[in-house]
Amino acid sequence: MINAVGRDIPQEIIDATGMKPFAGAFARHNETYTKAAPTVRAIIDPREDKMVGSIAEVLKKCGIKDGMTLSFHHHFREGDYVVNMVMEEVHKMGIKDITICASSLGKAHNPLLPMIEDGTITNIQSSGVRGKIGEAISTGKLKGLAIMRSHGGRVRAIESGDVHIDIAFIGAPTCDKYGNMRANGGKSDCGVLSYAYVDAQYADKVVAITDTLVPYPNLPASISQVNVDYVVEVDEIGNPAKIATGAAKPTTDVRKIMMADYCTQFVINTPYFKDGFSYQTGVGGASIASTISLGKIMKERGIKMGLALGGIAGPMCKLLEEGLIEKIVDTQDFDLTAIQSVATNPNHFEITGSEYANPMNKGAYVNQLDFVILASLEVDVNFNCNVVVGSDGMITGAQGGHPDTAAGAKCTIVIAPLLQGRIPAICDECTAITTPGETVDVVITDYGIAINPRRQDLIECMKGTKLPICTIEELRDKAYAIVGKPEPVKFGDRVVGVIESRDGTIIDVVRQIKDYEWDD
Amino acid sequence: MEVTSTAMAGTLESSDCQVTVEPGTGIDLSIESSVINQYGKAIKKTILETLERLEVKDAKVTVVDKGALDCTLKARVEGAVFRASGYTEDAICAGKKLPWGGAIQ
Repeated sequence: MINAVGRDIPQEIIDATGMKPFAGAFARHNETYTKAAPTVRAIIDPREDKMVGSIAEVLKKCGIKDGMTLSFHHHFREGDYVVNMVMEEVHKMGIKDITICASSLGKAHNPLLPMIEDGTITNIQSSGVRGKIGEAISTGKLKGLAIMRSHGGRVRAIESGDVHIDIAFIGAPTCDKYGNMRANGGKSDCGVLSYAYVDAQYADKVVAITDTLVPYPNLPASISQVNVDYVVEVDEIGNPAKIATGAAKPTTDVRKIMMADYCTQFVINTPYFKDGFSYQTGVGGASIASTISLGKIMKERGIKMGLALGGIAGPMCKLLEEGLIEKIVDTQDFDLTAIQSVATNPNHFEITGSEYANPMNKGAYVNQLDFVILASLEVDVNFNCNVVVGSDGMITGAQGGHPDTAAGAKCTIVIAPLLQGRIPAICDECTAITTPGETVDVVITDYGIAINPRRQDLIECMKGTKLPICTIEELRDKAYAIVGKPEPVKFGDRVVGVIESRDGTIIDVVRQIKDYEWDD
Repeated sequence: MEVTSTAMAGTLESSDCQVTVEPGTGIDLSIESSVINQYGKAIKKTILETLERLEVKDAKVTVVDKGALDCTLKARVEGAVFRASGYTEDAICAGKKLPWGGAIQ
């Protein structure tokens, strides 16, 4: 069945998952539904001790068995030890058929590979995957299906009961003996625990894993004792050097700086650039550079940002300190500056993943965005974006908040260098679609800027500016003239992954990768 | 052009390709590429056309491509073929001087 972005979704996948094909970014607006709920074991007796001696012991107490769904958060990024620590014990116990429901997985989780191969892990639900897990999925080693969800989509899936978490393992930089968790004050600080909040609310069993036990009560708690069954103290929950890097040096890549300048010029020539505007950006070189160049113009014109949203890095915190931003509303911290800022600055707030981006609550923060600056591996001539599957067909990225913020923001800007080596970023058809083109307004490349024809208002705004505006087809043609037109990647028949739209419909599927075959 | 020895041109850096040319019978071509799925056919076509232009009939040609553009592929094949055929910049024999502006485009 062909969905609203023109992708063919096989009937057997629709039947097997019970999911519907994507019908448009706002198709489920106004729908009503009843939320799922966890099964809770009451802790009435004040003598009950929540402290448990080891991961193995807590697994037994939680009644670990074949076929369960275990959840994790990714605030420790590439420095995470928790997923591997828990799964090693599960593996040792000989448990099979586990579904991992993580807010994201990365290269830090390469040690899960043998567990995928031997059937310990048979399903993976994540924002995305990189490294060996991505390869394992793309080459058909995972027995079940991988489901890729956006950050908002994951919250929606849990709250609506599309996925039910049996045990949530939440790595906590600090925790007290009764389960109050914070993301600051420990050895492995990650700043916020935004994405873990829904796990704590909806999982049957919730386990806090910490390497810094602090005196009771650990307040203000990101995750409260009322949702926590057990607390386990371990030596290390992560590698601080990989959780948060020091302040990233601003890029010196002239191509990125040029695209950042285009982006800033575009932003300031829209009607949304006025006092109190709201803004979100990623942490790529061009995004960081655009934050810095935008800050200069804000200072010159006396315009303040009302809200900076999402994943936060140092340059944004600097603008907050300079008084150029009223409030930072944070769901993830990318460097030490951001972690320190959320711990100390009263105008830097932690919110939950649902507050951030859940499309089916009563209104998420992304809905109030004026601008979002995003990256993309590929953008097709209909402005659809791919941030999950590499141009070679291998799963190698994550949706993150890409589709959520694109849908929410009044002006969604994607920055992509036209060419990465020989691979064109602007193409006839994306290898996979993660973000529908109807929610993407502008694509900025080093060879020109294309505005979505749906946004005649923005096209009108840019007349009279010096920006190199062109059509997206012209960008594609420029790319193909240099590198040649790419052949579409040939996949096998088996569907190995579903790219879920934030509203729970299927926006695309990913098929098993096939070895390249010469025609003759 | 007659391939008389083994020679190499290019590197394994991103956006380059490494071409090795050895004596052989007929054209024995093997291609490895980081962009094989999208550009396999295009790479093969460029390599074969370049060999034909240089009138190489017998050679074992190994290409390890890291996403090189067509112009780079051509230049590396030319480089490897001329080296393998004894052509040099300062050849004493005029017939073995590198044909800049001729066969080298």
